[in-house]
Amino acid sequence: MGSIVLFLAVVGIIAGWWLARQRLTAKPWLEEGPLAEFPGAGAMAFPAQTVGLGIFLVVVGALFALVISAYSVRMLMLDWRPLPVPDLLWFNTGLLVASSVALQVAYASAKRLRPEDMKLGVLAAASFAVLFLVGQVLAWLQLQKAGYFLASNPANAFFYLLAALHGLHLSGGLVALGRVGRKIWLGNERRERVRMLVGLCAAYWHFLLFIWLVVMALLMGWADDFIELCGRLFT
Amino acid sequence: MVDISRDAADLVPPAEVPDVELYHAHSWITKYVFCQDAKVIAIQYSVTALAIGFVALVLSWLMRLQLGYPGAFSFIDAEHYYQFITMHGMIMVIYLITAIFLGGFGNYLIPLMLGARDMVFPYVNMLSYWVYLLAVIVLVASYFVPGGPTGAGWTLYPPQVILSGTAGYDWGIILMLVSLILFIIGFTMGGLNYVVTTLQARTRGMTLMRMPLTVWGIFTATVLALLAFPALFVACVMLLFDRLLGTSFFMPALVEMGQHLSYRGGSPILFQHLFWFFGHPEVYIVALPAFGIVSDLISTHARKNIFGYRMMVWAIVAIGALSFIVWAHHMYVSGMHPWFGFFFATSTLIIAIPTAIKVYNWVLTLWKGDIHLTVPMLFALGFIVTFVNGGLTGLFLGNVVVDVPLSDTMFVVAHFHMVMGVAPILVIFGAIYHWYPKITGRMLDDTMGKIHFWVTFIGAYAIYFPMHYLGLMGVPRRYFELGEMAFVPPSAVTLNEFITIAALIVGAAQVLFVYNLIVSLYRGKEAGGNPWHATTLEWQTPETPPGHGNWGKELPVVHRWAYDYSVPGAPRDFVPQNQPTLTPAT
Repeated sequence: MGSIVLFLAVVGIIAGWWLARQRLTAKPWLEEGPLAEFPGAGAMAFPAQTVGLGIFLVVVGALFALVISAYSVRMLMLDWRPLPVPDLLWFNTGLLVASSVALQVAYASAKRLRPEDMKLGVLAAASFAVLFLVGQVLAWLQLQKAGYFLASNPANAFFYLLAALHGLHLSGGLVALGRVGRKIWLGNERRERVRMLVGLCAAYWHFLLFIWLVVMALLMGWADDFIELCGRLFT
Repeated sequence: MVDISRDAADLVPPAEVPDVELYHAHSWITKYVFCQDAKVIAIQYSVTALAIGFVALVLSWLMRLQLGYPGAFSFIDAEHYYQFITMHGMIMVIYLITAIFLGGFGNYLIPLMLGARDMVFPYVNMLSYWVYLLAVIVLVASYFVPGGPTGAGWTLYPPQVILSGTAGYDWGIILMLVSLILFIIGFTMGGLNYVVTTLQARTRGMTLMRMPLTVWGIFTATVLALLAFPALFVACVMLLFDRLLGTSFFMPALVEMGQHLSYRGGSPILFQHLFWFFGHPEVYIVALPAFGIVSDLISTHARKNIFGYRMMVWAIVAIGALSFIVWAHHMYVSGMHPWFGFFFATSTLIIAIPTAIKVYNWVLTLWKGDIHLTVPMLFALGFIVTFVNGGLTGLFLGNVVVDVPLSDTMFVVAHFHMVMGVAPILVIFGAIYHWYPKITGRMLDDTMGKIHFWVTFIGAYAIYFPMHYLGLMGVPRRYFELGEMAFVPPSAVTLNEFITIAALIVGAAQVLFVYNLIVSLYRGKEAGGNPWHATTLEWQTPETPPGHGNWGKELPVVHRWAYDYSVPGAPRDFVPQNQPTLTPAT
């Protein structure tokens, strides 16, 4: 359970840092005032959507940290046989990187008031993401063909589970991006709001790219030393 | 008094919110069914939770009938008995208590207490309720599939949960897991609303340290739930894979009825870690809102400011943080490294410190207060006593050497029912009696309320206090019938009969409560806007029940904390949070 404990420790440090800035040592029974305009009086200087996405990413992070915790416990058992990583997964990773970069370009274009570039970026990002999902299904089929079935080994099961969870989150992201795209093409949304929405999609995409890179590191065995260290720390 | 006037560093909502930003219902369906108003969603959550809670109540009656009079009822066999305990436990913990505290009180109170017009994401909030309802329907559907609901116990431990000797191993467990997954998805939608609304939609002057403790409790519990429910989600998905797709995440190699099963190498202990990584914070997910609400009830009905507000806030946050590093105290008997046991026992006992601070502060708030023994106050007092009782037995069980012999006995059943069953439910009742006048504009009947309290409170003690002694004798939990056990004296059988009768009476008292809820809706005394003379913002709305958008044209402005009761020099014994001076404007 090392991964999730470490993840929560990081979340705890950030939450503690934020709480420390909220005047939790104030004596509210002595503070009578009309607007009480001091730090902690109002909301953070972000839109609610940004804060909402931030918290959602923490929840998604916890979800993947838990699966990785389970992975690291299960991989130490005798029946574990590592899965060969198909080359196609590297190509897929490239697609996801391209998708993320395209959304970042779209966001930058939105900031520079270049709507055509922004549209192109969003379209490219969505296309790369769909290709990534198709590529993931093809990788599954390749593995099945090679005899690496879901139930034949826990390493296989974890790969399919992680890829499916990641794919589902990306699919959800595509739905959101589709809604944003609709607003962009209809053109009846304020520029600042469009910029914010594209920025939120980009942040979500970068986060899912990060998660996928962690999954690849696990599959390649690059994280074995880290997992062993966690194992030693917590057992 | 210190008058604070510095430059605003953060954003505060404008006093007037343009009308177009508010959600408006255009038909009866969007006003009362697919509604995005948090108040309506709160009522939908609460009614659904109470309805499914009554199913759990009937299930508890059935299991008590078996324990009190084993063999007397032919329709209760071992399989049914295990289905009763499983569904009772899961419904009470997840679908009733969690749902009503966060979905019910969270939705109703967060926007009103913080001076907001609604939740920040109303559409997602509405979806949250409908996904929750779907989860409840899927759960109930397990009664209508071949084999019935799962009988694996609410902890759903593999491998027995999907072996053919367990009731509902074929369909029931699938529906249970799907229902839990849906619940978690629905909760996440709602939870994001509760947290972001608290962070971003507080009205002008409502600093974090001016928030009522009810909001602090619900806010912190929601944060815990957002971080803990993913563990249950992962456990459910992996168990569903094991059940449906033949993977071996949790299932070890097994021989069943002489046949080797296809599973091999899985770790049931891994499931326990994931389950309790959720399961222990879950205790505080239901306890923290109760702590917050009871603080407000005590302060309001004792006409006294809450003692040690800052400590109360810090304790809520500390309990929330600590709740993530104690999960393995539920697994002492699963076997672990002795240093692990030592660590988890120590962290468990450390939680007693902030919890004890809260109890002392409640008692000190009552000290020399102008205590009004209203029905909400009676329930709040009942909570303190019950929670202390359940908490103290928790100290026993937190120690490895004491837990090992008491594990899987009725002592554990008595402990967790006292601390996370009866105690939070007393708060739920107190809160309903307290806020019903705001929700409906009418008071609940006082006499019926007092009968309800005394029968419930004394009855709950009649049920659970003797159960500790059964546990100390070694009477095991989860047994369909005790049969011939040398260490179980005949008096234990008599005690079980007594407990069953008490349980039937307590259950019947809840029917009176529902009757009161319904009758008072039409015949209850007119409540007025602020019948308890409370300070918090929800009692200061221009309309009762609060209208759409809560506050009329302008949002309230907060000038003080939430606990200005019996302030020297003030003409009344309460000063509302939005009142600029001690003397109310005429």
